[in-house]
Amino acid sequence: MREISQRIRGFRGGPPWVAALFLLVVGLWVGNSSSQPKQPLAILEATGTTEELLTLSGEIGHPGGRLVVAFRAEPKTLNPLTAGDAPSRQVIGLMQSDLIHINRATQLTEPALAKSWTVSKDGLEYVLKLREGLRFSDGHAVDADDLLFSFQLYLDENVHAPQRDLLIVGGKPITLRKLDSHTIALDLAKPYGAAERLFDGLAILPKHLLDGPYKQGKLDQSWTLSVAGSQIAGLGPFRLKEYVAGQRLVLERNPYYWKEDSKGARLPYLNELVILFVPNADAEVIRFQSGETDVIGISKVSADNFSALARQPRGYTMADAGPGLEYNFLFFNLNDLGGKASPDLARKREWFGNVTFRKAVSLAVDRAAIVRLVYQGRGAPLWGPVTPGNHRWLNEALPHQSRSLDGARGLLRSAGFDWKKGPDGDPLLVDSSGFPVEFSIVVSSSNAERTKMATLIQDDLKQLGMRVQVVPLEFRSLLDRVMQSKEYDACVLGLVSFDADPNSDINVWLSSGASHFWNLGQAKPSTPWEAEIDQLMEQQLDSRTFDQRKHIYDRIQVIINDNQPFIFLASPDILTGAKNTVGNFHPAALEPYVLWNAEQLFLRTSSESTPR
Amino acid sequence: MKGSMRSGRKLFFCLAIFGGLHFVIAFAGFFSPYDPTTQNRDWPYAPPMRIHWFDAAGHFHLRPFFYPLRIQEGAFNEYQQDTTHPIALSFFVSDARYRILGILPLRIHLFGAGETPVFLLGSDSYGRDLFSRMLFGGQISLLAGLLAAGLALSFGLLIGSLAAYLSGWGDEILMRLAELFLALPWLYLLFAIRAFLPLTVSPVQAFLLIVILIGTVGWARPARLIRGVVLSAKERDYVRAARGFGATGSYLLRRHILPETWSVVLTQAAILVPQYVLAEVTLSFLGLGVPEPLPSWGNLLSSLQQYSVLTSYWWMYLPSLAMVPFFVSYLILASALQERAEGSKI
Repeated sequence: MREISQRIRGFRGGPPWVAALFLLVVGLWVGNSSSQPKQPLAILEATGTTEELLTLSGEIGHPGGRLVVAFRAEPKTLNPLTAGDAPSRQVIGLMQSDLIHINRATQLTEPALAKSWTVSKDGLEYVLKLREGLRFSDGHAVDADDLLFSFQLYLDENVHAPQRDLLIVGGKPITLRKLDSHTIALDLAKPYGAAERLFDGLAILPKHLLDGPYKQGKLDQSWTLSVAGSQIAGLGPFRLKEYVAGQRLVLERNPYYWKEDSKGARLPYLNELVILFVPNADAEVIRFQSGETDVIGISKVSADNFSALARQPRGYTMADAGPGLEYNFLFFNLNDLGGKASPDLARKREWFGNVTFRKAVSLAVDRAAIVRLVYQGRGAPLWGPVTPGNHRWLNEALPHQSRSLDGARGLLRSAGFDWKKGPDGDPLLVDSSGFPVEFSIVVSSSNAERTKMATLIQDDLKQLGMRVQVVPLEFRSLLDRVMQSKEYDACVLGLVSFDADPNSDINVWLSSGASHFWNLGQAKPSTPWEAEIDQLMEQQLDSRTFDQRKHIYDRIQVIINDNQPFIFLASPDILTGAKNTVGNFHPAALEPYVLWNAEQLFLRTSSESTPR
Repeated sequence: MKGSMRSGRKLFFCLAIFGGLHFVIAFAGFFSPYDPTTQNRDWPYAPPMRIHWFDAAGHFHLRPFFYPLRIQEGAFNEYQQDTTHPIALSFFVSDARYRILGILPLRIHLFGAGETPVFLLGSDSYGRDLFSRMLFGGQISLLAGLLAAGLALSFGLLIGSLAAYLSGWGDEILMRLAELFLALPWLYLLFAIRAFLPLTVSPVQAFLLIVILIGTVGWARPARLIRGVVLSAKERDYVRAARGFGATGSYLLRRHILPETWSVVLTQAAILVPQYVLAEVTLSFLGLGVPEPLPSWGNLLSSLQQYSVLTSYWWMYLPSLAMVPFFVSYLILASALQERAEGSKI
């Protein structure tokens, strides 16, 4: 992956004739790039403020053009403080910018609006320096007041911003202080190793537009889809031009955007980004094939559609970015029954609670078949929660046991199970008291992929003599059973980490976590290994260096592998595609897969377009 | 005479085809080469394999053979015929166990091919033989249709004759109840009832549940027809005469009235069975019927809900064609019975 280099460019004011000469040169240069809107550089130079832009390396594109993409769902709002759904967050991500950004290609943090920062020795104070001379998309200048204002809104309990929970470190929300017009200091209650990653996605909001509504308590009515583009301002590469409900949302180039390419041309290259709304995945495929949209894969393409598109590419190229961060798994109900269970349930809980039983199931699952039949080979088998797409955090030393039915049978035998002849002659697995092993796997009926995985597992376990039923349930009923009533035997579910950093999934691994599916609502850890994971998670939250944290997280992965609370199955690849005319198309394994570098995307002229 | 002989021959012909089709379904285990739940994971979505008698050089072979399919390197569902290793079909092979009519265990199959699977009608996403699944699926769908039609007719007969016999208040109440059942949108009613039931039921329980559900929902139409027949039969001269001679109600019903309904019941049965088979197919298509991995004509078609399957794998449509000869034979049987019944009326 390409590395992003950063350089700070400044221009010092000199005698007036130098400025005039410079203006002339700039004017000529601007005049030549005709499809770009008039540059405000001239105005800036005349007022004498420097503008510190971020320089991105990468293929140089030419300005102009319109990129058309398709969304399967419409955004609900453009207000970062109230947006909860993915399409809203995607559009907001194109209109706003953050202080420190995670580069989706390298998965590392890098300076964004903050040109540099320092951390105090005890790890409790972060001092960030904002780039100078920047402007919002409406031309208004940015300074530390906007930074403070933004964080004030995120942390205000009355605003109920979803970002508030992210900014609680060591049990206390972070606090900010202004040091000067372009420097702020953040204070944490405890040192936090992944603190830099907190800033990704936290948009810097314009005080001059939102202060009024904030003071009047009307923030949730601001920046809805019905407001005109002129009422919204942000530091992102695009700003709102037009929204037609049910049809499209059009973004136009932000002429004040603070990034440039290595030749000095201000980004973004594109003049317009048009988002069409399509009803479902099939409609999306049809539009891409017909050439109406330029890229596909905003929400990833399924393996079937990918094969269909890749079979006869007409002017486009499909790309497989490798496994993403999604992990699918089978888990058993290990919740404490509390003594009021029927003998049937108690018996099942005894089987499931036996780690040897779970290990046998894991040995019998045909992960290769899952990748081949469910993802058409475009995926990776998993033995842990960290996918191969997360190369920094993956514990490479984890054993990948290949499928072995004999091994599974041996494990079951050692756990006290045996086989007896069933009525049709095939061997039935029975426990030590002679009861046949039968249970059901619940799965979401709307997710065809996981239903297929469950059916494959059903057949795998039939080879061991277990009678398993697959019960498709509507997704909400499934969640209700798993999280509220806890009336299920086993379940196939999947999760997508929103960041490569292990802290993004902390709620799954902490015994008190809300996503600790196999045993929810524990007052204290019910097993020694869960207690150990709790302890290790606390330790890695406090650790300051990556090596320390990796060491701890490697150990956590080993504990998970030894105890199999989740039997990991497979992870799908991120599949996308783009017309050959789209330049700088480098899909990433983290969301947003295609538009993460929207400011660098450009359209080649017909003489240049080459198939990849 | 001539009319009844022609209708008699027609009826015989219908019954022969009817019987033949049902024989194949009843002995699905024998006619299908594989167990319907066996997954062949190296052959997902394999296209139908052709059986040849003449090889590439033009030589005739008495024993039919086929060319095995192998997945192309690196592809998911692109197959190549391996013409260098033709595999001959074997007949009367011993393979997966099955039970005739659920009782008699056998292992003999009409044909098979040994290690390499032969897919006469292609395979599904797990590599399961579609031909075997269609035959076994027919067992479940037809049995569900037959039992449900039987249930609906029994209820209809009971309530219809009761209503006609009672007349007055009883008749009114029962017929208004029948109208209520006729007006209910049966599909949504089935969804609602299915949603209330415990979700973890065994395949056998699920099957019986479907049968009971669709059978009890549809008694209204046959009930009204039978009521009409019973009402008119009640007013016949010989019935009145018998009543005059002191015959009890039950004697009248048993000896005079119910035999009149017999022809109506038979024709209704022949019409209802296809309807109930379709009802089961609809439920299974939507995922509310027989659970995986059991096949039924409905859930064989349910993968077609995905666009990619709809456009890429044409053999997944074939289960819908399987129903056609059955429905046609049922309806022809119904019309033949109707003719016969009308022919014998004076």
